[in-house]
Amino acid sequence: MGESRSSLRRGFRVIAVLAAFSLVAAACGSSSSSSSSGGSSTSGSVANTASAPGITPTSILLGSHQPLTGPAAPGYSEIGPAIEAFFQYVNAHGGIYGRSVTFKYLDDGYNPANTVQVVRKLVLQDNVYAILGGLGTPTHTAVVDFLNQNKVPDIFVASGCNCWNEPKVHPYTYGWQPDYIIEGKVLGAYIKDHFAGMKVGVLYQNDDFGGGGLIGIKQMLPASQIVSAQPYDPTTLTNGLGTQVAALQAAGAQVVVLFTIPAATALALLSMAVLGYHPTTVSSSVSSDPTTLAGLVSNFSKGKVGASALNGLYTLNYLPMSSATSDPWMQLFLKIHSQYDSKEPVDGNMVYGMSMAYYFTLAMRAAGQNPTRQDLINAINSQGATWTGPGLAPLGYSATQHLGFMGSEVVQLNASGGATAVSPVYVTNVQGPVTTHASVEGPVPSWLQ
Amino acid sequence: MRNFWNFLLIGVSNGLVYSLVALGIVLIYRSTRVINFALAAMATFSTFIAASLIDRNVPYFVAFLAAIVFGFLLGAATERFVMRPVESKSPLNAVIVAIGMLIFLEAMAGVIWGAKLRNFPSHFSLIGLKIGGARLAISNFDLFIVTVVVVLLLALLVLFRYTKLGLMMRASAFAPEVARLLGVRVGRMLTLGWGLACAAGAVAGLLAAPKVFLFPNNMDGVLIFGFTAAIIGGLDSPVGALVGGLLTGVALSFIGGYLGSDLENVGAFVILVVVLMARPEGIFSSMSARRV
Amino acid sequence: MEESMVEAKPEPKQLPAAKQPQGLRRLFGQPLVRNIIVGVVALVLFYLLIGHLSQYRIYQLSQVGPYLIALVGLSVLTGQNGQISLGHGALMAIGAWTLTLMQLHTKSPLWLMLIASALVTMVFGALLGLVAARLRGPYLAGATLALALGLPDITTRYQSVFGGYQGLEVNQPNAPSFLGATATPTEWLAIIEMICVVVVMILFANLLRSRVGRKFRAVRDDEIATQVSGISVPRTQVLAFALSAAAAGLGGGLFALVSGNVSPGGYTVVLSISLLAAMVIGGSGTLAGAVWGSLIMVYVPGWATTLSQKLSLNQSVSANLALAIYGFLLVAIIMVAPVGVQGIVRLVIFKMRNLRKEPG
Repeated sequence: MGESRSSLRRGFRVIAVLAAFSLVAAACGSSSSSSSSGGSSTSGSVANTASAPGITPTSILLGSHQPLTGPAAPGYSEIGPAIEAFFQYVNAHGGIYGRSVTFKYLDDGYNPANTVQVVRKLVLQDNVYAILGGLGTPTHTAVVDFLNQNKVPDIFVASGCNCWNEPKVHPYTYGWQPDYIIEGKVLGAYIKDHFAGMKVGVLYQNDDFGGGGLIGIKQMLPASQIVSAQPYDPTTLTNGLGTQVAALQAAGAQVVVLFTIPAATALALLSMAVLGYHPTTVSSSVSSDPTTLAGLVSNFSKGKVGASALNGLYTLNYLPMSSATSDPWMQLFLKIHSQYDSKEPVDGNMVYGMSMAYYFTLAMRAAGQNPTRQDLINAINSQGATWTGPGLAPLGYSATQHLGFMGSEVVQLNASGGATAVSPVYVTNVQGPVTTHASVEGPVPSWLQ
Repeated sequence: MRNFWNFLLIGVSNGLVYSLVALGIVLIYRSTRVINFALAAMATFSTFIAASLIDRNVPYFVAFLAAIVFGFLLGAATERFVMRPVESKSPLNAVIVAIGMLIFLEAMAGVIWGAKLRNFPSHFSLIGLKIGGARLAISNFDLFIVTVVVVLLLALLVLFRYTKLGLMMRASAFAPEVARLLGVRVGRMLTLGWGLACAAGAVAGLLAAPKVFLFPNNMDGVLIFGFTAAIIGGLDSPVGALVGGLLTGVALSFIGGYLGSDLENVGAFVILVVVLMARPEGIFSSMSARRV
Repeated sequence: MEESMVEAKPEPKQLPAAKQPQGLRRLFGQPLVRNIIVGVVALVLFYLLIGHLSQYRIYQLSQVGPYLIALVGLSVLTGQNGQISLGHGALMAIGAWTLTLMQLHTKSPLWLMLIASALVTMVFGALLGLVAARLRGPYLAGATLALALGLPDITTRYQSVFGGYQGLEVNQPNAPSFLGATATPTEWLAIIEMICVVVVMILFANLLRSRVGRKFRAVRDDEIATQVSGISVPRTQVLAFALSAAAAGLGGGLFALVSGNVSPGGYTVVLSISLLAAMVIGGSGTLAGAVWGSLIMVYVPGWATTLSQKLSLNQSVSANLALAIYGFLLVAIIMVAPVGVQGIVRLVIFKMRNLRKEPG
């Protein structure tokens, strides 16, 4: 794909000239290098065509459903803007094959009935090329069949449900973040390695997220070690989590595993502080964005307890921590944030959105200059497992497996909101054994600099 | 046994907040026969005001008072300019207007302050008190809530029972025509009633926020359980609001603790039906049995 | 349909026609016959209409039907019988899961599943009606609201049966061959819905004109007088609740088909509240009001979104602004039109008739 970038021939259609012009301009504007920046350069001999719905010679239209209003909006409403900001940065650096990406994300309020509506609008009326990062298990479940029946690429669902990894039933749907069962297995493996013999209690949300986590943990630990598993209903968080935490305390759990959304994590930590209960606390990656949590728990006791309520909390990490300012990816993301996303906070949701947009950009570049929808699917199936970037664990994409990150590392939070890695990267899939590896985080490619 | 006491205390501490919301609902129902669903949004809005002030280094109690005053003004303005024209038409219309206000105010909170989860300071420690070597699920902050609820109820009692203003408010609520003939400015009394009720709602918002956090929809769940509490207690009775709130909080806590938190919502329905089958207008209803 | 809807307004006066017209005129003068004719014409027009619409527009239109049918039920209960329900979203859920579970476990034909949705929900509605008959005004509103809150949790409590938060998949029926090879499931569903709408409208229009309808209104207007005149108030109320629930259940069944899935997140308190708001704004107690209400439920949020997106704010602000506009419209419409959209329409028609009469 590394053709020379300025061999414009006569006879090109006007539109191709324009595309190439903008590309050259972008190349001059950036710190141009002579590297093979394949995907972002128009080929010398072939013009950009409108090769698929949502693709024109100069643009790519993507859609998504996100909770921007309602009870699920806090936190998650930052993901859409982060994805959009990353694409704006890519567009300013030549786009993808000279095409600029438009990311249209609509509010579904985390209500599946609304999701059905907005996704039909995106597919049938706006004619998007693909759906990227549709957020939530119950919401996305409502549209996954529609998308597959219409052969619309349904890329990187923003949920760790095991249900996206069903290539036979849903060949157009791909997971991205670590499967909840995998997260449970990784946490279980860590507990087995470091807290052997200690009594374990689990606090989990009573849906696919908490349920999946519990399945994973039970795969790794003997049944006798798990002394109590307390579900909670996310719709009754108004009542707090005091009763569940009191029950875990009464069962004598020395290690408490949290499969909780961030608000519930904060409530659980609050209840632990209230009851003077100080178990070793271990949580899923979903539960514990340190930036969000530190803000929530800082006032438990007139600010005196402060972020130390988080101190010592173990959690999972498959992308750079938003506090890791020395990480080259975080440096890129912070640069993008200051240019295009400065209204939103710098936290795990931002890292999540930008990383997802990066991997999608890789997929589009691999799909070729004039991709059909099937080309994108083929590219992910054949090359997806080899892509590297901000992710610490390898991706599990193949024709028979649509699993995203296959594991994560365990980190421990400190009082200042930072974190230190305390394990190598645990890698597994849903059924197989858990192994440890070094991080596969890759360098920032030159076409992004 | 320790579980039992903790469940009870957790229930009481949740229930007190429901009592406050119920009180806000009851005060408005008494004076204008309207169920004010917008109370949740008014409470949230007031709490956001307090949070913004605290962010600007205004002392906690000054911000607390400012939010209550804001709640009062918001409630009074709502009655005067939004509810007054529809109150007389049909109670259903007033309910829909209140729902419209709820949606509008919550969305505006999202526009102004963003859909973010943020904490709200409690001033008093949330850490459980140590009694006999173990920490129990009751903190200094819970004691503060108890104090606020008791003071508020006593103040209302004094207002309605022993002051001329209170008498005029009661007269305006129960016999507006007669009151008007006697020279009471009924409209002004109703505005005052709404103001007081929404101030109580603001207090509920301020006291709930440290435990449910602050975001545009943070009081939705509290409102529904508070409404349940008001109905259980009887929509005419401030004491009923207190009892209803405590009953709801404790019952839900026991249901959540012993049966599972996924039955809390169903539990609220069952409790409501059981109470209403015995007392169709709530435990403390002052009205006689229904007319037919 | 307009004519039959206007006929159904709550005034109990225009009952037996004073003059008895002859022959064909007489046949056409029969409300039932006239309603059926109007219904069939509406159906044909609708079929011709969807031939000219895009798939998305048809889909959007097919969202109106379930709401419309549920709103007819709610309107009869609240507007005609005076019982407030904040739990019709839960009744829709019962219909939706009935259809879904039947589709999953049996090989029933579609019509049977739809009828079952209505009947199962009717039984629940009758039980709820027994409770409701003892309650008045806000107490009934509170009890039904608690139902709307609690019922969805049953689906997560018994995940293996009801599918938990993720819910269950619903297959959309394929169009029958007589519609032509190109007819899509979306189009077929729109037609099925229109048939259901027409049938429900005709049934309820006649019900409201009948003795039962008069009983409903009598109970609403004066319970004591009704009881004195020998009509059982509680029995009438239970009947109203059951019939209203049947409509909500059918609406729920259709909603499941349109959505292609059922999950508790789609049947929260928010749905129940939206239904009540739409019913009042459309015009409480009238069938035409249900039409306006359902159109508002489907189209106004979209317009509000388009409007707020014109301001080129960031998406999160614009989504909240769209919601704010919707809330503002609820307040504004009630203030401007206390008897709902249908009240305005009726006023306009009335004025136009008067204008026509004056010159002559």
